[in-house]
Amino acid sequence: MNDWLLPLTLASSLLAGLIIFFLPERSVGWRSALNLGAAVLKLACVAAMLWGTQKGISYELRLPFLPGHELLLRADPLGLLFVTLSAVLWLLTTVYAIGYLEHSPNRSRFFGFFSLCVTATVGIALSGNLLTFFLFYELLTLATYPLVVHRGTPQVLQAGARYLAYTLGGGVVLLAAIVWLQTLVGPVEFRSGGALVALEATAGVENWMLVGIFALFIAGLGVKAAIAPLHGWLPQAMVAPAPVSALLHAVAVVKAGAFGIVRVVYEVFGIEFAHSLGVLLPLAVVASVTIVFGSLRALTQDDLKRRLAYSTVSQVSYIVLGVALFGPAGTIGGLVHLVHQGIMKITLFFCAGNYAETLGVHRISQMAGIGQRMPWTTAAFTIGALGMIGVPPVAGFISKWYLGLGAIEAGLGWVLAVLLFSSLLNAAYFLPILRLAWFEAPPPSWPYEAHADHAAHAAHATHATHQSHPAHALPTVADVAAPPPRTGDAAPLLLLPTLCAAALALLAGLAAGVPLSPLDWVRFITATEYLP
Amino acid sequence: MTEGLLLPLLVLWPLAVGLGVYALPERASAALQVLGTVVMVGLVAGVLASPEPLRAALGGWAAPLGIGLHADRLAQAMLVLTLLVYAAVLLYAQAYFAHGSELARRFWPLAWMLWAGLNAGYLSADLFNLYVALELVGLAAVGLTALTGQSTALAAALRYLLAALLASNLFLLAVVLLYASTGSLALDSIGSHPAATGSATWAAKLALALALVALALKTALAPLHFWLPAAHGNAVTPVSALLSALVLKVSLLILLRLWLEFAPVLDLALLGLLLALLGLVASVWGSVLALTQRKIKMLIAYSSVAQVGYLFLPLAWLLPGGLGAALALEATVLHLLAHGLAKAAMFLAAGVLVLSAGRDDLASLRGAVAREPLAFAALTLAGVSLIGLPPSLGFAAKWQMMQAALLADQWPWLLWLLGGTLLSAAYVFRVLRLAFLPASEAFEARAPLPQRLSLCALALALLAAFGGFGAAAFSDWLAADALLGHWGGA
Repeated sequence: MNDWLLPLTLASSLLAGLIIFFLPERSVGWRSALNLGAAVLKLACVAAMLWGTQKGISYELRLPFLPGHELLLRADPLGLLFVTLSAVLWLLTTVYAIGYLEHSPNRSRFFGFFSLCVTATVGIALSGNLLTFFLFYELLTLATYPLVVHRGTPQVLQAGARYLAYTLGGGVVLLAAIVWLQTLVGPVEFRSGGALVALEATAGVENWMLVGIFALFIAGLGVKAAIAPLHGWLPQAMVAPAPVSALLHAVAVVKAGAFGIVRVVYEVFGIEFAHSLGVLLPLAVVASVTIVFGSLRALTQDDLKRRLAYSTVSQVSYIVLGVALFGPAGTIGGLVHLVHQGIMKITLFFCAGNYAETLGVHRISQMAGIGQRMPWTTAAFTIGALGMIGVPPVAGFISKWYLGLGAIEAGLGWVLAVLLFSSLLNAAYFLPILRLAWFEAPPPSWPYEAHADHAAHAAHATHATHQSHPAHALPTVADVAAPPPRTGDAAPLLLLPTLCAAALALLAGLAAGVPLSPLDWVRFITATEYLP
Repeated sequence: MTEGLLLPLLVLWPLAVGLGVYALPERASAALQVLGTVVMVGLVAGVLASPEPLRAALGGWAAPLGIGLHADRLAQAMLVLTLLVYAAVLLYAQAYFAHGSELARRFWPLAWMLWAGLNAGYLSADLFNLYVALELVGLAAVGLTALTGQSTALAAALRYLLAALLASNLFLLAVVLLYASTGSLALDSIGSHPAATGSATWAAKLALALALVALALKTALAPLHFWLPAAHGNAVTPVSALLSALVLKVSLLILLRLWLEFAPVLDLALLGLLLALLGLVASVWGSVLALTQRKIKMLIAYSSVAQVGYLFLPLAWLLPGGLGAALALEATVLHLLAHGLAKAAMFLAAGVLVLSAGRDDLASLRGAVAREPLAFAALTLAGVSLIGLPPSLGFAAKWQMMQAALLADQWPWLLWLLGGTLLSAAYVFRVLRLAFLPASEAFEARAPLPQRLSLCALALALLAAFGGFGAAAFSDWLAADALLGHWGGA
């Protein structure tokens, strides 16, 4: 059984995806059952591996690949952290996507690639060496492109082209780093404390080469992690349907980049070795600049998803910043934010999707009084937003607390200033939304209710003939057919995952001290990275 | 003794089937082709099963006069590639051509004749036979190009014919020169002959130069690619697949053999650099033109111009004593196989879309994609290999090339390989994005096409896209070090 867990974790979504491709559009029941079944199965596999790892069982799978290079899958603590995050959030996103795309065309294609996308993410988490990581990293690019361009409007295709140009470009740079490093030192397997330290061959390699390789790694991975100035694709990609945004921002793409940076710093170079090479400080500077830059850009966006996108740019760099702070506290802060940011950001994007789907609200200026109409969604949004600002007891507070400690530990006082300033900016772009949503009077009618020709749009979308009506290109989000006229909050299939995600964000903060909480697991990983 | 027959049969059997197909009525000819393919499978399996590379001398005459055949690992790899592509293309063509169509009647005999020529090209151990094989391949290929008899096809075929004849004559001249100076035509000893190594090397050098130009012309290395796009792009789809996957490769294989033979005795470093640079030009120029094409098959044809460029890159390091020479050879063969499978799959899949839409410009194909999802899947998977993303065969080839470049301390080539990835991605996604556009109005509903068409394309595409997993085993099997064994400890 133990030998099968690892492949089964990957295969659960891979096979589901392949079958879904060939399901007829009408068979909603089968498709949903497959989607949910695969998500639950994957979660069970991950739970079993977590349990087994605690018992000291190790999971490893090697397959022959290129000459001298194997395909290696391994469930180590760091990989399990990421795989648990994506497995949990995938389940939520699947439920949400089923509700969100209820009436839209091409669902088989969508859910097929959706499953491939999660397969790639799980593969990234469980990769045991650089080559395997690269394989899944590129698969992720390919699998997310169809999701981004799902609606097929010119605007969306343009965003898709940009997405591809950025991510494939990043992939090429990453490949250069991998080939260069492995030509110098041979195959590199991830290893606690750093693979390079253990490899004899490193001795003969000059430092400038290693610094160059490190820079290539960060540049290649930084595209997906949306480090400024490589973030350009992310705000544009928010034209994708809401579940895809959730996937991009919380579960898969951005996270894959950040996770890759974690792997490279801790388990390829090793934090101690990276520190001695002097590459951590520049990384901290880049991350800090991105944090402030993202927050500043978020301030001026009126489109809700755009504001959230810039917020992601900023928040993901918290992870990178934590990684770059030498010392256990910084490590804990960065790694735990990998989880916390995912949960909080997915909550926020679910909420944005609920607003758009239920009321047609895309802009912050349209959100006055929306808390009265959609109290549950807005409550979830409030939890997510407060968490991003770092208000206790939401998860974000834990991250920021440890990051602050890490800054002090690393002796970088200015980082503390960056953290404080950024938190102020977070408050400045989230609190006005909350005030507007809860304390303003709602407008006489919401956009969807005023949107008389919406049903016509939907008809066009289903027949895929809206080519003939270029003037009617849909506004921004709303990958939808006519929503049933609702009077209350969002539809149950949308609301349930939103509330679950919000509850998780709260729980991760409240129960941070409990065994197997993200914080607890991250402490465990951190202990292995700093051992002599 | 039966083993001695295997190699000649690999050439003679397809020729015989070709004649039979020409003479027999349609139904019998279809049966004969099934039999013919099955026998070919057996023959190739027999060659692969032999523990030692097989050799045969036709008519019992040994070198320097005889007709020698030699199935080394390079030849075996090509035999397998050819078998795979042919199996898919023949099956595809059965469904592609209408019953009793005049096109089909012309296609079958020529296709089998081409197969004979290709196998002769892989197996021949002496230069004159190679010349004959090249002529056979060239004539069959030109005939196939002209199949439809339409004016564009005829014009393309005429241009192709002129290029092929020019190349053949140059090659013949090279053969004559070598024979005059060394008195031998045997491929595996000509490089070590005193006339090639001694004082009078000018004849050997001139002959090699002529042969290289001839073969580069046949392989369509830029700037000698002028004949390719029109010929490949306007041919009937099964023909496009054969031409791009196999016909381009046989001349490259011969070039590679000459290179391996002469590299130890002549200083080819500069020549290798020149060819690699031409390859660079080809890959950039081909990609840029692929980006501007309106028709899908022309786009794929220009992609061949680009991809052929990569085949010449490793020549820069395929030199005696060079670190990474074995890797470079391995990379070339891997790329050859990857491009063969992927490009055949791509043409076959594109053919399905064109049939379905009834038109061949990219914009009209939207909607056909939704009706033929399997063909589109094939296109995607083949595209993955063409771009060189893992775990495809194309990625394995690129990986080995990059390692070879780094081992040889020539990292600037890396920039080309990496940049080329993005260029290929740019033109491949010009096709793939069609799937996400709303259907065009020009698209009319037609009766659904037979699934077999898409499945043939998909089979080849799957091999290309997941072939990378076999790269380690292939590398052991190919034993590039052993192929370079005669270079000694240089």
